Amino acid sequence: MQKTLKRYFLVFTLPTLVAFALAFIIPFIMGVYMSFCEFTTVDNAKFVGVSNYVKAFVGSNSFVSALGFTVKFVIVAILSINILAFALALVLTKKIRGTNIFRTIFFMPNLIGGIVLGYTWQQMLNAILLKYQTTLVSNSTYGYWGLVLLMNWQMIGYMMIIYIAGLQNVPTDLIEAAKIDGATSWQTLINVTIPMVMPSITICTFLTLSNSFKLYDQNLALTAGAPMHRTEMMALNIVNTFYGKTGFQGVGQAKAVIFFIIVAAIGAIQLVFTRNKEVDQ
Amino acid sequence: MKKKLIGALLCVSMVASMLAGCGNNSSNTPANSGTTDDAATDDAATDDAADASDDGAASAEGGSVYYLNFKPEVDEVWQEIAAAYTEATGVDVKVVTAASGTYEQTLMSEIAKEDAPTLFQINGPIGYKNWKDYTLDLSDTDLYSNLTDKSLAVTGEDGGVYGIPYTVECYGIIYNDAIMQQYFAMDGAKATSIDEINNFDKLKEVVEDMQAKKDDLGIDGVFSNTSLLPGEDWRWQTHLANLPVYYELKDKNIDDTDAIEFTYSDNFKNIFDLYINNSTMAPTLLTAQDVTSSMAEFALGQSAMVQNGNWAWGQISGVDGNVVKEEDCKFLPIYTGVSGEENQGLCIGTENFWSINKNADPADIAATKEFVNWLISSDEGKDDMVNKLGNTAPFSTFTEAERPSDPLAKSMFESMESGKTAVNWMFTIFPSQDFKDDFGAALGEYCNGNYSWDDVKNVFVTRWAEEKTATE
Repeated sequence: MQKTLKRYFLVFTLPTLVAFALAFIIPFIMGVYMSFCEFTTVDNAKFVGVSNYVKAFVGSNSFVSALGFTVKFVIVAILSINILAFALALVLTKKIRGTNIFRTIFFMPNLIGGIVLGYTWQQMLNAILLKYQTTLVSNSTYGYWGLVLLMNWQMIGYMMIIYIAGLQNVPTDLIEAAKIDGATSWQTLINVTIPMVMPSITICTFLTLSNSFKLYDQNLALTAGAPMHRTEMMALNIVNTFYGKTGFQGVGQAKAVIFFIIVAAIGAIQLVFTRNKEVDQ
Repeated sequence: MKKKLIGALLCVSMVASMLAGCGNNSSNTPANSGTTDDAATDDAATDDAADASDDGAASAEGGSVYYLNFKPEVDEVWQEIAAAYTEATGVDVKVVTAASGTYEQTLMSEIAKEDAPTLFQINGPIGYKNWKDYTLDLSDTDLYSNLTDKSLAVTGEDGGVYGIPYTVECYGIIYNDAIMQQYFAMDGAKATSIDEINNFDKLKEVVEDMQAKKDDLGIDGVFSNTSLLPGEDWRWQTHLANLPVYYELKDKNIDDTDAIEFTYSDNFKNIFDLYINNSTMAPTLLTAQDVTSSMAEFALGQSAMVQNGNWAWGQISGVDGNVVKEEDCKFLPIYTGVSGEENQGLCIGTENFWSINKNADPADIAATKEFVNWLISSDEGKDDMVNKLGNTAPFSTFTEAERPSDPLAKSMFESMESGKTAVNWMFTIFPSQDFKDDFGAALGEYCNGNYSWDDVKNVFVTRWAEEKTATE
């Protein structure tokens, strides 16, 4: 068996490897190289060293404020999405009528694209704010909470499905044993259920973390960074730098590389951290 | 059981990462294409192209044209023209249109390909700065020699001509004459004909009086909403901002500056306040409005005036339930309270410049030159330019009869021929899109009461200086 696998290894994986290299690895390496260049397109790049990285952090449209806003958003989004999704999953794994319908309904927002969602929510929120004679971009707080609301609405259903899968795999004998030992339902939840669904929590926090961190479509459609870049997240900041002014393509690219490193680092730390909490059945 | 769970989780995360991957890689797309050319062959190609243009006699035989079109609204027309030209001459013409607002992105990825556009568009001196490695010197072409006003072309520091305007456009305050006549006929009207409105004070008097009598006039406000939604604010952060910059540079007798003082900021404030305070809605709601809604208000007769350009007729007439008659749609210059503005005309200029890709194959370059020459000199080409594309072509090959005939274009020619001083489009020297967006956002903040006018002024001055140094 092992031998056959080895013999056919190339046959089965080569197409994928080639596609992966063409569509991902080569552009990625080029992208890193381009971040040290000044360029308009890929074939007129001139090597300029680290100056792009310096420019990324100075000037009024700097990366730092976007990073600050992104971190603020990510913290709130991770907490609210996961807590609400877990709560929904708990409710929908109880034996009540119509759980399947509810699951489907909660999952649906996830099927709509970010741009569409962004514009839809922009219209809805503006319609509500019209009552108070103001708009979504009149104050960065509105934009911030609008974005949190939108992300919650979109992501909760998805995370809920993962939590449901986890909850259904908690062995009933453990729950029963806890009950016989006199544990209250709160104690059962904290001491039995949550440790048992830790793998789901790992996946869900990872997904919400990375998705919120690199959020772009929703941000662009909802506020486009208004007012005055105060609701601009990192991905949007990168695109604005890249296309916003002549000769700044390299700086945008440098920001993208920094962005990649930050996301990869946080993702890795978070995975290690939550993995430690997982228990074997 | 656990295996099943892990399997499910893996599937979910794989799908998720795939989706996430699709969503996030868009900034990399220019890097995906046509990467095999190394610098050496490029240089060689550049030299060849330069040689070819030097002797100017390269044969177009076997060459083809690839035009990357800027205006999505005329895409079909270009496809027809391309087909007709191919049929007539046998030269292949391919026209690709970039989606609205994505021209720079599309050009960036297209021009790096082996089969790159031979004819493309730059938006002025700032655009030239970005594309100077690709633009061919056009000074020896028929296109340039036929250009009526040579100062309109984009020139480089070396004196070469790198961009040639193919249309001239204008903007001002578009008014609905039917509503104006209704007002002029009212008792106590502040003016009796549109000719009396030839400075800011008069305009303000009339507008404020009309706003007070809006119910009698059957309108919601004099001006359509000042759309300030991010991305929809170009009528103010670019077009309206042109006026103070034009006057400041004129005073200083220069073409460009790294340090703008915004000396005419009060004039900008004059007209901007007039727009937002005599509008169909409260100033605090403007940051949620887009250009389409603004134009629709005008087309539906809910407002009497709107600032926009001669391209807007299509938009006005295309609105369902449009009540503005063709003969009622006219231009008024934008008055801001500058002394001597009685003689000021409309803002006339262009930001549509044709450039030819110097890295293209010499035969393709020659074919492209022939193609553009055909557009401005043959009867068929000229007819396409004027009647199908609606371009006011600034070339000596076009006679007076060969002009677009929509009402706004007519009004534009009236203004041009009345001897009034046109305001040139100076916004092609605005430092960057970032600058414009920030200024637009500052105007939004001003409308929402978060910024004082000094803050707005400050944004204009400091961001101008920052962006000019940053993009040096």
